[in-house]
Amino acid sequence: MAQTLQRTPLHDRHVELGARMVPFAGWEMPVQYEGVIQEHRAVRTDAGVFDVSHMGEIEVEGPQAHALLQSLLSNDLDKIAPGEAQYTLLTNERGGIIDDVIAYRLGECRYLVVVNASNREADYRWIKEREVRGSEVTDVSAEYALLAVQGPRAIERLGLPPAKAFTFAESSIDGIDVMVNRTGYTGEDGCELLCMDEDAVALWDAVLARGVVPCGLGARDTLRLEVCYPLHGNDIGPDTDPISAALGWTCALGKEFTGVDVIRRVKDEGPQRKLVPFVMEERAIPRQGMAIEGGGEVTSGTHSPMLDVGIGMGYVPAAQAAPGAPLAIDVRGKTRTARVVTRPIYKREG
Amino acid sequence: MAAVESYPDDLKYHEEHDWARIEGDEAVLGITWFAADALGELVHFEPPQAGATITKDSSYGEVESVKAVSDVIAPLSGEVLEVNQKVVDAPETVNLDPYGDGWLIRIRMSNASETDALLDVSAYKTVLADQ
Repeated sequence: MAQTLQRTPLHDRHVELGARMVPFAGWEMPVQYEGVIQEHRAVRTDAGVFDVSHMGEIEVEGPQAHALLQSLLSNDLDKIAPGEAQYTLLTNERGGIIDDVIAYRLGECRYLVVVNASNREADYRWIKEREVRGSEVTDVSAEYALLAVQGPRAIERLGLPPAKAFTFAESSIDGIDVMVNRTGYTGEDGCELLCMDEDAVALWDAVLARGVVPCGLGARDTLRLEVCYPLHGNDIGPDTDPISAALGWTCALGKEFTGVDVIRRVKDEGPQRKLVPFVMEERAIPRQGMAIEGGGEVTSGTHSPMLDVGIGMGYVPAAQAAPGAPLAIDVRGKTRTARVVTRPIYKREG
Repeated sequence: MAAVESYPDDLKYHEEHDWARIEGDEAVLGITWFAADALGELVHFEPPQAGATITKDSSYGEVESVKAVSDVIAPLSGEVLEVNQKVVDAPETVNLDPYGDGWLIRIRMSNASETDALLDVSAYKTVLADQ
């Protein structure tokens, strides 16, 4: 059955800029404008902007909002105050990852949870079904647009004051009200600007007028992979636990949350396989689904625009997971060698 | 910067977006501007080995961009005489100059009559118009 793709309020702007539009998680999104590699480099050296309005926003409010989210999310919300944000996981009873999300503490009793587009409905349903008296869960995704402005000069170009990572503040750009979140998915300094849907076009124009380069989902993927941020659906999912995925740091194992017993057990026993970053030692580009000799599998792979070499992440048996360990990857019938490296794969020199 | 769209009229074309420049009993092969543009900037060329035999309408190599992998289809059959090392070392050469420095391989044709089945530039442009 043909499915109608949703469009963000910036759809016409993308088309006018000559973007190549592709279906992604039920949305029609720009994969690139001028080219993935030059957009990637713009973010590493200056500033780029991504339309990520397809991402979902779920608001949880009320005297029991904090307790509800503490019982559903892996990280410890007691560690953040209003004005601060936290990377955390929504987990199932098997200790699997329903989604990786960022929780913004808007107030003592009010949170905004920003979720992946492809999981928005599942996340909302999961949290809504567990709503308790004194907590109100609302899918507010349709009200907001989200622009990620990323790169070493992003904050300067936007004329924003310096701020710590994982904080946020109300601000305005050219008179447009925005929530400036010091978060991102590229490993660079920058922010994510949340605005009302109807203000998105004016905000986009204001950002581009400051010399920020429009960037598509293609560069977003290569940027996040160079710094080893997992992509839900590729590297993590409902059947992978946080310990194996090297996300133990997001799990407050001293508190109770869904699936915590399973996660504690994996941690105590040690994971049988681990998600590791690797760099190709021969000319070849690893891709999702390729087999790694010894029982492993590539979960994300690409060509690194900064290192000019094939890079990836994949699950390998724990014995093969130490940095420096050699890997043999089946690249469409040819064995190509790679080596496990430490996170991140790419780090700016000096 | 990538090359501007063009399809030289001295080349023969295959509907899988490959071109051939016939030089006596040899032919130089590459992919068209359309193919290179559809893939985006090339970052890898997996070539055949010199001496290998390639077969018309079958894959003889792969080209990859950051996002995608594509087989390269042989427009003609023959023996691989030479692989363009410049493209192996700098695959983006194909985007910059698809019909010049961005050629992929040189072959000795095993069946020269196969050239009759290839498209001339106007026929290839008709194929493109249907894409």
